[in-house]
Amino acid sequence: MSAPVSVSLLVNGEPIDAFVLPRINLADFLRENLKLTGTHVGCEHGVCGACTVRIDGEVVRSCLMLTVQAHGASVETIEGISDSGEIADLQAAFRERNALQCGYCTPGMLMTAQDLLKHSPAPDRQAIREHLSGNYCRCTGYQAIVDAVEATARMRAERPA
Amino acid sequence: MKAAAFAYARATSVVNALELLAVHGDKAKVLSGGQSLMPAMNLRLLSPEIVVDIGGLAELRGIAMRGGVLVVGALTRHVDLLRSPEIALHAPLLRDAVSHVAHPAIRNRGTIGGSLAHADPASELPACVVALDATIVARGPTGERRIAATKFFKGIFETALSSDELLVAIEVPVTGQGSTFFFQEYARRHGDYAVVGLAALAVVAAGRFSDLRLGFFAVGDRPLLAAAAGKLVNACVNRGLLAEAAAALTNELDPPEDQQATAAMRRHLATVLLRRCVADLLARPELATGVTK
Ligand SMILES: Cc1cc2nc3c(=O)[nH]c(=O)nc-3n(C[C@H](O)[C@H](O)[C@H](O)COP(=O)(O)OP(=O)(O)OC[C@H]3O[C@@H](n4cnc5c(N)ncnc54)[C@H](O)[C@@H]3O)c2cc1C
Ligand code: FES
Ligand code: FES
Repeated sequence: MSAPVSVSLLVNGEPIDAFVLPRINLADFLRENLKLTGTHVGCEHGVCGACTVRIDGEVVRSCLMLTVQAHGASVETIEGISDSGEIADLQAAFRERNALQCGYCTPGMLMTAQDLLKHSPAPDRQAIREHLSGNYCRCTGYQAIVDAVEATARMRAERPA
Repeated sequence: MKAAAFAYARATSVVNALELLAVHGDKAKVLSGGQSLMPAMNLRLLSPEIVVDIGGLAELRGIAMRGGVLVVGALTRHVDLLRSPEIALHAPLLRDAVSHVAHPAIRNRGTIGGSLAHADPASELPACVVALDATIVARGPTGERRIAATKFFKGIFETALSSDELLVAIEVPVTGQGSTFFFQEYARRHGDYAVVGLAALAVVAAGRFSDLRLGFFAVGDRPLLAAAAGKLVNACVNRGLLAEAAAALTNELDPPEDQQATAAMRRHLATVLLRRCVADLLARPELATGVTK
């Protein structure tokens, strides 16, 4: 009954074909099968945001998606958007402002913050907090994270691409 | 935790999904956005034998006007409601409400059909469809049936749908001239499930309500269309009358007690929302003051 199912998807631009059990969620597939361990797993029920990835350009919780549901989709992980340089400035701002300590939440924070900056180039602190409201950080107290996102928005506005 | 093993079927059409449900009965679970089903399966609160994924069915998508009725496909995602010009124009209550549903990554996948079928009493959209007097369109082995939203919710996570039926669409009557709405909720954090909330639709003419539908949520086992609203319709609303309506409302409610709030606190917050709603809709800010008694 619950035999492996064939899936084909793009991960960070690379075509992947695999057979997976239906019960394997996308977070585990990325981590265990593809060894892309930048996608973190915290709560496994959608509340912490550590597992956030992009599917066809939109942020989603990879713990709440079956791998088989990603058939035909383009998945981008923190590895992909780091290697492409898309968020180099945001990552630098996180480092400069100590917006990470243990780093567990950081991949999800970066994914979600970049999503906000793509949709609204000049968010105020309230908008930043709201967009990040589904991402838990147990270390920083959030203040430095909001600072880093705000600083990145400002820098990007000054240096139009 | 991880979900237990299950078989997976990607439905190729609504007809195909209904066939699969007919074969597997209550051993099957329909998968739309997965934003409520997946947490439940990961926590092993649910362990279906087979998951029927309807997420790819284009026929269940889309928002369209058909003869004075706004037809919203079951697979319309929360983010689609937020962005839709038709929703903003014809059912702005839904747009306001959905901005309070969860967080961006969850709104990118969660659907209105899934939210209504899931029937969490603390959910925003069920109360909205009750306030909007919408109709739920379900399809089963014997064809289609229409269920009034006010008759659809039966209890905590319980609806009028049977296990071989799919929710296919929601029909929202388009509100006419003079129609206004109100949405507010108390939540610990933006995006959390509400402690208490109110979705209201009204027709106001010459400073009076000619219609008022108050859909409260997180105050009982299902969204409540408050009968107390009747006291305020076709009447000259003053503080006294509003206090009477608030008293009637507290008697009508049977709120749960949990870590978020006591039943008494929920009753109190519901009356605060009632006063704010009436003050806002009648544009009489003085009615919102003195909310404590
Ligand atoms: C962290 C977090 C916070 C959240 N906060 C909120 C919140 O504040 N307010 C809120 O309202 N919701 C909240 N949600 C839930 C979210 O809104 C879900 O999207 C929604 O409840 C279910 O929609 P779905 O499409 O994901 O359904 P699914 O999870 O796919 O399905 C939910 C249930 O409905 C059934 N079902 C789905 N579609 C159909 C259909 N077409 N016909 C028949 N049965 C069907 C499924 O079998 C399942 O039992 C939250 C979720 C998470 C993970
Ligand atoms: S692991 Fe996915 S949201 Fe926590
Ligand atoms: S840096 Fe440790 S959880 Fe955020």
